[in-house]
Amino acid sequence: MSLATALALIGAISAALFAGIGSSIGVGNAGQAAAGVVTEDPSLFSKVLVLQLLPGTQGIYGLLISFITLSQIGIMGGSNPTDIGTGLQYLVACMAIAIVGLVSAIQQGRAAVSSIALVAKRPDQFGKAMIFPAMVETYAILALLVSILAINGIA
Amino acid sequence: MSDKQYIYAVARIRANELSLLNNAFIDQLIGAKSYDECIRLLSEHGWGDGTDRTAAGMLACERDKTWNLIAELVKDMKPFDVFLYRNDFHNLKAAIKETASGTERDGIYIDHGTIEPKRIKEAVQAREFENLPENMRAAAEEALNVLLHTGDGQLCDIIVDRAALEAIYKAAGESDNSVIRLYGELTVVTADLKSAVRCQRMKKDRQFIDRCLVPCRTLDIRRLAAAATEDDDAISEYLRNTDYSEGADKLKESPSAFECWSDNLIIRAIKPELYHPFTIGPLAAYILARENEIKTVRIILSGKNNGFSEDKIRERVREMYV
Repeated sequence: MSLATALALIGAISAALFAGIGSSIGVGNAGQAAAGVVTEDPSLFSKVLVLQLLPGTQGIYGLLISFITLSQIGIMGGSNPTDIGTGLQYLVACMAIAIVGLVSAIQQGRAAVSSIALVAKRPDQFGKAMIFPAMVETYAILALLVSILAINGIA
Repeated sequence: MSDKQYIYAVARIRANELSLLNNAFIDQLIGAKSYDECIRLLSEHGWGDGTDRTAAGMLACERDKTWNLIAELVKDMKPFDVFLYRNDFHNLKAAIKETASGTERDGIYIDHGTIEPKRIKEAVQAREFENLPENMRAAAEEALNVLLHTGDGQLCDIIVDRAALEAIYKAAGESDNSVIRLYGELTVVTADLKSAVRCQRMKKDRQFIDRCLVPCRTLDIRRLAAAATEDDDAISEYLRNTDYSEGADKLKESPSAFECWSDNLIIRAIKPELYHPFTIGPLAAYILARENEIKTVRIILSGKNNGFSEDKIRERVREMYV
């Protein structure tokens, strides 16, 4: 495997790895809060479950970028990058969702924990409670877009 | 300890906060026609276990519920020991008085403490003070000697109360949680302010006042003691230059308004914990909130039992956490 392909592969793996780590931390934290609320009031299960899942999307975005990259660099399809510059471009393109995915999923998890507490106290305010963690999603989507545009641009 | 370890616990506390008594319910209790109606309202709210409908039984049951819930939520109860020191020192007082009088009475010990009441009782009776925790030994020995030699119960109480406050202040100061540190500070502040006002009213001398007041961060106890040797205005004047300037007006209003204000200091200070999702703070605040409502319900029930008017009871009622 050439150095160029290796660099592109590091990018693809990083996208799934870091965004996945972020999501697992976020979903894990929100899950602890959700379990606490359901212990006291099982009827809130469906509401807190939605909130728990919100930080999980970054992991999916990372996976998507990882697939797109792998299908272009000769691992799952496409052709191997010919020079180090191209390999480096794939690496940098993947970093957008890798880094933003990691940070935003953790932060979204914290917002979800707070929103779960809100739902525990005021179940009728579920709609509003969902908006707060959902706002964090904006930045994960922006990073996803940048990664997709950059990878398509390189191809 | 990591913040994350309390996420589950805080979420359960949030759900439990829904059943805390709010000011509207307290108003309803005060407005109840009789003691029995108060008991009925509390039962309907879920207080007690349905078997014991006496005030003492109901309040003890609620205290058990609080500590059982906390024990279920955290593996290490040590951070909350500071809230139980008062009970330990109360038991110490009871043991000293029992030993000095040579009589035994039922129901004077409180179960919730960091050490068994039996251990305190046996240590005091056998004068084996080394069997007591370090923060109790000196005070236990001194208080027992004072009571045996002078028969001065007030001095005995002051020695034990001072040791209790010092123990709370030290333990809370060593905590890494801001709510527990705040509890330590405000417990001492509240006790110092009440002692200063009471000493001033009883015209106690400077030596006695100095013995009552415990040093803390936000009060200059030398200036407070000096003010307490003069009059209410001197105490008010001193308070105006501290973080507790509101107390100066309350002191002018009435002694009970001042005591009520000082009791509310802690509850007001912990209210931000209603919005913290990760730390041990909301758990500590929940314990304090429950203790506060148990204290408030006790005041209301005892007021109703003794036929006090609504206004008299309202004057003594504390602010609620929720």
